[in-house]
Amino acid sequence: MTLQVQLRKKLEPFELEVDFECKPGVTALFGRSGCGKTSLIEQIAGLMAPDSGRIQVDDRVLFDSTTATNVAVRKRRIGYVFQDARLFPHLSVANNLRYGEWLTPKTERYVSSANVLELLALGPLLQRRPATLSGGERQRVAIGRALLCSPRILLMDEPLSALDGARKRDIIPYLERLRDEMRIPIVYVSHALEEVARLADTVVLLHDGQQQAVGSPQTVLTRLDLRAHTGRYEASSIVPATVQSHQPEFAVSILQTSAGRLIAAQLDRPVGSNVRLRLRARDISITKQPVQHSSVRNQLRGVIVDIAEEEGAFAEVLLELPDNTRLLVRVARINLKVLQLSIGDSAFASIKTAALDRASVL
Amino acid sequence: MLQLSPQDWQALHLSLKVAAWSTAITLPIALLLSMALANRRYVGRNLLNALVHLPLVLPPVVTGYGLLITFGRHGTVGSWLADTFGLVLAFQWTGAVLAASVMSLPLMVRPIVLSLEASDARLHKAAATLGASPLIIFLTVTLPMAAPGLIAAIVLGFAKSLGEFGATVTFVASIPGETRTLPSAIYTQLQIPGAENTVLQLALLSVVLSIVALLLAEWLGARLNRRVHGQ
Repeated sequence: MTLQVQLRKKLEPFELEVDFECKPGVTALFGRSGCGKTSLIEQIAGLMAPDSGRIQVDDRVLFDSTTATNVAVRKRRIGYVFQDARLFPHLSVANNLRYGEWLTPKTERYVSSANVLELLALGPLLQRRPATLSGGERQRVAIGRALLCSPRILLMDEPLSALDGARKRDIIPYLERLRDEMRIPIVYVSHALEEVARLADTVVLLHDGQQQAVGSPQTVLTRLDLRAHTGRYEASSIVPATVQSHQPEFAVSILQTSAGRLIAAQLDRPVGSNVRLRLRARDISITKQPVQHSSVRNQLRGVIVDIAEEEGAFAEVLLELPDNTRLLVRVARINLKVLQLSIGDSAFASIKTAALDRASVL
Repeated sequence: MLQLSPQDWQALHLSLKVAAWSTAITLPIALLLSMALANRRYVGRNLLNALVHLPLVLPPVVTGYGLLITFGRHGTVGSWLADTFGLVLAFQWTGAVLAASVMSLPLMVRPIVLSLEASDARLHKAAATLGASPLIIFLTVTLPMAAPGLIAAIVLGFAKSLGEFGATVTFVASIPGETRTLPSAIYTQLQIPGAENTVLQLALLSVVLSIVALLLAEWLGARLNRRVHGQ
């Protein structure tokens, strides 16, 4: 299933203008508060009409200004998880969950309630009332309720923003399972880079209603020219890796990336699992030749694709690895001159094992 | 203790019958009018609102007179009802029901309008994304959440109908066994020298009825509020 969105809408004080496509998996709409993210998904859901454009799921047109098509919200079959959950306070959790399922024609149902209860661990909550649930439980019920409509698309509007840090960590694994087990496009609105880096397969970066970039989180979040929009997140890169083995006698784990092996402090992930590593730019150094006889044995080879030099002591170098993953490296500006680093050069990134531990796994 | 004569019991029975019918008939009308008045702006809305509330501010005797010339045996609507359905309202207990309905309508509309207007549009949007049509949303979200308002309306309407006097006595007079409700009976007894004891007894009865109704309303309202807001 594919969602295609191309629309314009005049909002105060800017115009929303986007054109992107969502495949099964998580597409994050990322940008600062007030950049038009919520208005955008309300238009996808049909709660607000665009001024012009076209929204379609596969070949079913939901909105088209040229043919005056505007399918009613209730007929779009798009699940919507609101920021504030919006459970029906007069119904039990069980009846909240059943609400949408009951309104879905039997022939359209592909989600079983047993699956959803298991996926989101909702069994123990069924008899409760929404007012007695914690914030995290409420969001899980809201997600379950949306899924039980057997939606073709799932929209999530900052589902974690009302939760504190610990509750966020509790619910993220559920979202990961959702992403991996439901084969539908999920549009995930967020202004929290950590969530986007961890969950997204694709990032649509919005600024003042304008679509700045579309791509994998590895590329979009490390693009130096977009730093003004991605915000004050500490400069870092996201590198996908697979856990290859653990060496308990040294308390390390060996990870495989597209550009080579990494030795990390022992991780609590099983062998074979896929992880996303967050590598801080200041934990990485760069050399033109592979370094020998060093304690830093994590070395990844890549090509320099961008260099950002500003005032001050440091510059940032963007190194592209063979699978197009990009590593952001922070170096002293003086060393750029000494090493004569320039765009197009091939180079080696060195990462200390001390900088690779459980905290770097997203 | 209360020592009621058969006529007094008759008045009490008639009052309860009139109040029950009046409440049952007025509730759906009040609900429809409330839906037309809540959260809407259109030409004529203020006029409709004023008409509904008119009996609240008009002297009851004027309302009763209005009913008499409209629904009386020779009134336009009254003669049509009599010729078409054989339904005569003037000087009948059914006329007392009509008078009580008209007088209690504004009291029933107000709490329903307030509870409909307090209904959360955000929940309506959520229901729509789950596939609910406007009718389904009204039946499954708006109406259950307005239940405390509906209960308030029922209690107010019932109490008002039980105590209605001015419009009733003007429209249907005070005929023992037919239209002499509790307030009419009290008024009639007051005209008779030496009937102070009966008046006191009937007055006490009215007080007891009103207190029971209010307590019941309070209890039901609290229960429903808990259900609606889900504790």
